[in-house]
Amino acid sequence: MVPLSWYLTFAAALFALGLYAVLARKNAVAILMGVEIMLNAVIVNLVAFWRYGNPADIAGQAFAVIVFAVAAAEAAVGLALIISIYRQRATVMAEQIDLMKW
Amino acid sequence: MSATPIIFLVVAALTLAAAFLVVTVRNLIHAAVWLVAALFGVAVIFVLLDAGFMATVQVVLYIGAIAILIVFAVMLTRRVMQDVGPQRNANWWLGAIVAIVFFVAISSLLWRTAWPALPGGDVGDTVLALGRSLVDPNKYVIPFEVASVMLIIALIGSIAVALPGKQSE
Repeated sequence: MVPLSWYLTFAAALFALGLYAVLARKNAVAILMGVEIMLNAVIVNLVAFWRYGNPADIAGQAFAVIVFAVAAAEAAVGLALIISIYRQRATVMAEQIDLMKW
Repeated sequence: MSATPIIFLVVAALTLAAAFLVVTVRNLIHAAVWLVAALFGVAVIFVLLDAGFMATVQVVLYIGAIAILIVFAVMLTRRVMQDVGPQRNANWWLGAIVAIVFFVAISSLLWRTAWPALPGGDVGDTVLALGRSLVDPNKYVIPFEVASVMLIIALIGSIAVALPGKQSE
């Protein structure tokens, strides 16, 4: 039997890796990959808490399904933004997309 | 049952290794392939958690849709991707420190907490219960409908944003 803390440690490590990608990567597509990894770590947490909490109550899985939908919407809008920026400014480097930087 | 911790440890190590390669490897196509590997590892974790439907959705939605979308985006922006030079910004070490501090803080907290043990018994037919709860007015029909409206908005919004034409002037 695997203790709950193992799953939570795994999810925390996955989240930290995604956080590193978001903070350190130059390419906007790579930053989006980091966001996806972070969302996935959150879903692992939700499902683990559902399994170890009260499996008869399906709330944890319903929550996870909603997070899946949010992740799909986020990926679609984010990639559309990146492609639009690439078409107009011919770059996907996050530090060159500074039109709104004050 | 006694094989579960070994499977968990092996899958978790492989998943974290794949995720590490996603965030460090230079070539973005390779990063996307490693992302597929990491997402598949998370699907195996869902199976270990008795959430078969979550594992299916993970494979169909994350690997089948989002990862492929990311591969498309990488290919469409390929010219920039092959730029020489570092793939991480000047403050990458700060990001690494933040991530490590975050992980150490979270894991030191959660190892000190007394978590509930795994509830015994079978979880039953979770797919049936989940499907019923998502259309049950006393449960989660409103979040479900809001999610569908949000998906439509995201669909229309991403088409409007990515549409070529008058916005370039």
